[in-house]
Amino acid sequence: MVEISKKYAVQMRGITKSFGTFKVLDDVELDVKKGTIHAILGENGAGKSTLMNILYGLYSSDSGEIYLNGKLQFLKNTAVAIKSGIGMVHQHFMLVDKFTVIQNIVLGNETTGRFGIIKTRESREKVKEIIDRYGLNVDLNRKVRDLSVGQQQRVEILKALYRGADLLILDEPTAVLTPMEIEDLIRIMGSLVADGKTIIIITHKLKEIKKSAQECTIIRRGKFIDRVKVEDETEKTLAKKMVGREIKLKVDKTPFNPGEEVFSIKNLHVRCCRGIETVKGLSLSIRRGEILGLAGIEGNGQKELIEALLCARHVDSGEIRINGEEIQNTSPGNVLKCGVSAIHADRHKYGIVLDFSVAENAILEKYRDKPYCERGFLNYKERDKFTNKLISEYDIRPKDCKDLLIRELSGGNQQKLVIGREIANEPELLIAVQPTRGLDVGAIEYVHKTLINLRDKNKAILLISLELDEIMDLSDTIAVMYDGAINGVFKSGEADENDIGFLMAGGQENEQCC
Amino acid sequence: MKKSATFLLTLLIILILSGFTLMMMPIFRGCTGEDDEGSGFSVAMVTDTGGVNDQSFNTSSWQGLSGFAKRTGSRASYVESKQSSDYFSNIDRLADENTNLIWGIGYSLADVVQWAAKTNPELNYAIVDYSYGDDTPENVTGVVFRAEESAFLVGYIAGKTTKTGKIGFVGGIKGIVIDQFEYGFRAGADYAAREQGRPIKVVVQYAESFSDAAKGKAIALKMLSNGCDIVFHAAGGVGVGVIEAAKEKNCYAIGVDMDQAYLAPKNVLTSALKNAGRAVDLVCTELFEGNKIGGKTLSFGIKENCVGIPESNPNLDPKVYISAMKIQDEISEGKIIPPYNEQEYEKFRVNDINQ
Amino acid sequence: MSNAVNILKKPFIATVISVILGFLVSLFVLSAAGYDPFKSMAVMISSIFSRPKFITNVIIKSTPLILTGLSAAFAFRTGLFNIGAEGQYIIATVVSTLVGLVFNFHPVVQIPLVIISGVIAGALLGGFTGFLKAKFGIHEVITSIMLNWIALYTCNYAANLEAFHKPESNGTYPINKSGISMLLYDWKFSEQGRAFLKDNSLLNDIILKTDLNLNFLIAVAMAIIIWIIVYKTKIGFEMRAVGFNHHAAMNAGIRVNRNIVYSMLIAGALSGLAGALTISGTSNNAIQVLSVFENNGFNGLAVALIARSSAIGCIFAGLIFSGLIYAGQSLQFKIGVPSEIINIMIGVVVFFVALTKMFPAIVEKFFMRRSENVK
Repeated sequence: MVEISKKYAVQMRGITKSFGTFKVLDDVELDVKKGTIHAILGENGAGKSTLMNILYGLYSSDSGEIYLNGKLQFLKNTAVAIKSGIGMVHQHFMLVDKFTVIQNIVLGNETTGRFGIIKTRESREKVKEIIDRYGLNVDLNRKVRDLSVGQQQRVEILKALYRGADLLILDEPTAVLTPMEIEDLIRIMGSLVADGKTIIIITHKLKEIKKSAQECTIIRRGKFIDRVKVEDETEKTLAKKMVGREIKLKVDKTPFNPGEEVFSIKNLHVRCCRGIETVKGLSLSIRRGEILGLAGIEGNGQKELIEALLCARHVDSGEIRINGEEIQNTSPGNVLKCGVSAIHADRHKYGIVLDFSVAENAILEKYRDKPYCERGFLNYKERDKFTNKLISEYDIRPKDCKDLLIRELSGGNQQKLVIGREIANEPELLIAVQPTRGLDVGAIEYVHKTLINLRDKNKAILLISLELDEIMDLSDTIAVMYDGAINGVFKSGEADENDIGFLMAGGQENEQCC
Repeated sequence: MKKSATFLLTLLIILILSGFTLMMMPIFRGCTGEDDEGSGFSVAMVTDTGGVNDQSFNTSSWQGLSGFAKRTGSRASYVESKQSSDYFSNIDRLADENTNLIWGIGYSLADVVQWAAKTNPELNYAIVDYSYGDDTPENVTGVVFRAEESAFLVGYIAGKTTKTGKIGFVGGIKGIVIDQFEYGFRAGADYAAREQGRPIKVVVQYAESFSDAAKGKAIALKMLSNGCDIVFHAAGGVGVGVIEAAKEKNCYAIGVDMDQAYLAPKNVLTSALKNAGRAVDLVCTELFEGNKIGGKTLSFGIKENCVGIPESNPNLDPKVYISAMKIQDEISEGKIIPPYNEQEYEKFRVNDINQ
Repeated sequence: MSNAVNILKKPFIATVISVILGFLVSLFVLSAAGYDPFKSMAVMISSIFSRPKFITNVIIKSTPLILTGLSAAFAFRTGLFNIGAEGQYIIATVVSTLVGLVFNFHPVVQIPLVIISGVIAGALLGGFTGFLKAKFGIHEVITSIMLNWIALYTCNYAANLEAFHKPESNGTYPINKSGISMLLYDWKFSEQGRAFLKDNSLLNDIILKTDLNLNFLIAVAMAIIIWIIVYKTKIGFEMRAVGFNHHAAMNAGIRVNRNIVYSMLIAGALSGLAGALTISGTSNNAIQVLSVFENNGFNGLAVALIARSSAIGCIFAGLIFSGLIYAGQSLQFKIGVPSEIINIMIGVVVFFVALTKMFPAIVEKFFMRRSENVK
């Protein structure tokens, strides 16, 4: 154990925290050197966020001590934490959509003149200075709702710096970013650290830890496992420490052996809710036994495309066919009947009903069919039988969760249920939209394996993801979406990350990138 | 298993509770054994859905009832009806309390009072603002007001005071009681017109409500900007808006039921009083003194001092007041009989012209 | 300690405790207003339990509250806020009254006709609200509030229609006798009936002196049916899914718009049933000109709140609410408590039920502090 010293920005000792009878953190310690990027690594539900929320004063720990710069501190609420120079950027941003960037930054910390009138000029100059120093470019006069996710994150970071943060906690900062935005973020973190700031990032993405952090604390199931120098470890050894067992980071795939075409999109045109055309003549086709990965930066029409495929949005022109049958502009029910199932990125919104039990969610798409429903009445016995089958088949934990509300399950287990449910539909085409978003390495491995198995059963899969790695690993064919249309199609292995990234950014296939 | 256990437990609790209730019933009954005080004479009333604080009929009746109780040392109480379906149980409830005289305030209670009187022939009932005519049960007293008399008076006063020769009447919802006001008012204005030898126009509009003050204000404002300079209302809560409009336009309003000068001291010309409390008090006193009051309908007017105008009217020309008092005496003596509905009004006009 | 907390977390027990606590606090209100709380308590209890007639009255008066409560609770369960229960209730009383006045069949036909016509009227008004929400996305609260007023004025218009208006009253004639569903209604008016009842004090009490009817049983049956619909049927599953998360429901192939309309239809029908049963089964049997809302529908929202949107809970909540109102009126004429204080008391009870969720947290905190002190 390191002794308490001024060299460390944060030192936490013996932190224990329980929610009810459940011990989330058990005697955890943390040492973060000043002027470094320190990663906290752990699976979902390992207690990383809780630990950081304690540091930020959101929760109070049941026992344990916190030292800032070698001094014992009692952080009883966030106001004290902020005063002590701690800033936190949450996974879900805490911004007021309708306010401009500058309004959001000064919110709650306005410099006011006489009569309480806000003096924007002073704050504006202060913010501009921060922007220039760290390269955090963002237009101060735009409304937050018009910004991309990456830019919103910058606003959050600016907010923390504006309040004088020396220690910045970033909770899963890369979960929602595109590869390029991640690069930017890492660059910004570098310049912050160079200026003497200290950064803690919570993440389960090994690659980013390798790229950015100097040291890493690993937590597993609420217990401190190890503190390591990142340069001494490989992704594999980190993963093993995090999960506690060997993990395959790359999926094994059987050879690609496609069948006939089952699904096709021809010249599809869709408008978004503001009436602007965002899908502009997109065409695509998928064969049996094929995983088609659709890569692309967020905001290039993916959202509208997915909604159109599921008939949640009107198609202006073009056709969508499954097994030769046109399905555009019918109904979500019809799409389901035709054998198209979907796993959504935002499962809380589109995939499950949080206030339903696990069993009710399990039959969400089957409730109207025999034997789950007879003469208008639900058959609970059949429902429970089916649910238990999914629970054991997909290893959903805890084992006897069928009557629990699904919101009480962890994200990974929720996703397992969704995937199990969709696959039980025996779909002709499975649309998987960021199926691993927010999942930890163990769960990701499981999801990937399941998708590959489905492909091997000669089904078609459309994988839409912002994470290029995932697409590169799983897909047999990779299509790049840019500005509402397909900007290039590769066979797996034909192109590397740079080629695809180039196309994602709108480059043309024939002009070679450097 | 767990569910059925909960169910059984609930059932058990319900059974025990109901058994307990049955057993305890006599004890419950005992524990409120009323400590009767005073003369042992008791009177009670059931309000209509307006409630006891309607600043009108119910309030006035309650003042009369409690005044009577104070004077004679009897007990007075009231129950407010929240819904029209409460009338029945509220009237019935009072019968259990050995009340000597039970009042229903307002004609809405006419049916239930009649029914209760039949069921409890040993008790006395009375109803305000309703007459059963020839069907009046032996133990029921109807109390009605000759509101047309006071309306006639204020109509006369308005007719004498108006400068534009145009006055307005805002009614609540058309009906027998409001008709008394409307036609009494019109006849009074006509009377004043004949006396002065100039035409006076009466503009009439109904608000279709007794509570919508905003509507009352809108109607009155329209009347006032169309040339009326005095507005009389018989519309309960709507009238508050009417008086407000008069205040805004700096014209005159005439209040109703109670002296409403306090609402706008500079803009209320006078008020057509309808003193239900006095009538209630009179009827109670009759019974208290041992007189038989049942089986008939009593009518109260200027003669009984139950309707009229206030004694002090700071905004009123004293000359007009004096001539109004003459009219009041004539009504009291029966020389003038103001009309209480359209038919009588037509007759009154014909007679008027013939004179 | 955790045991105590767990028991408190059980909805039934927690609600009962809140009601009792609310009641105790409301006694403080009484004593603060200068009335003897113990005597008041005794009056309230005796005015509900001391005679079969009182119990019967409380039960009769609870019926519309249970039904409008069910209406609100059902809407809550399906993600809607049926503040329009008031208007649905009123429109049902109007239609039931008019139908009961115009037609005069044999009671076997007439009673169901009167009731069902009211139910349909309520359902249509509710369904219209749902339709506006489904089709144009107008929030149901806004349309409901407007429709409440429309219903109120419709009622006032209908009550003054020349054909139905009873002279010297502010309402219509009572509906034709064949449509009245009070038990042994004729006995109340016939000499033989009265004579017979006189000899039997219990029957005299509950038949002659109350509007004895079977409406309560209908309300209980409806509560059970609603419970079955919500939890046991396909359509209930759909409506709940739409209520909790319409995005997920739509993706699962559930027709969101249709289910919103269905939910509001059913909620409206329940409020309508409350109104229709009131016309057919309680005295007056007619509509009156309304100057303000009678709060049958709005009280339903409070009932649903006390019941925590449970269909079966609405039965008990309706009884509690009706008991409070009934006992409150006794309090008024026996002790002279003004209705404002009584309304505050009822408000306090409802308020405490709304706070039910807080109790386990408070107890937890209390025990935690104690265990800390022990350390």
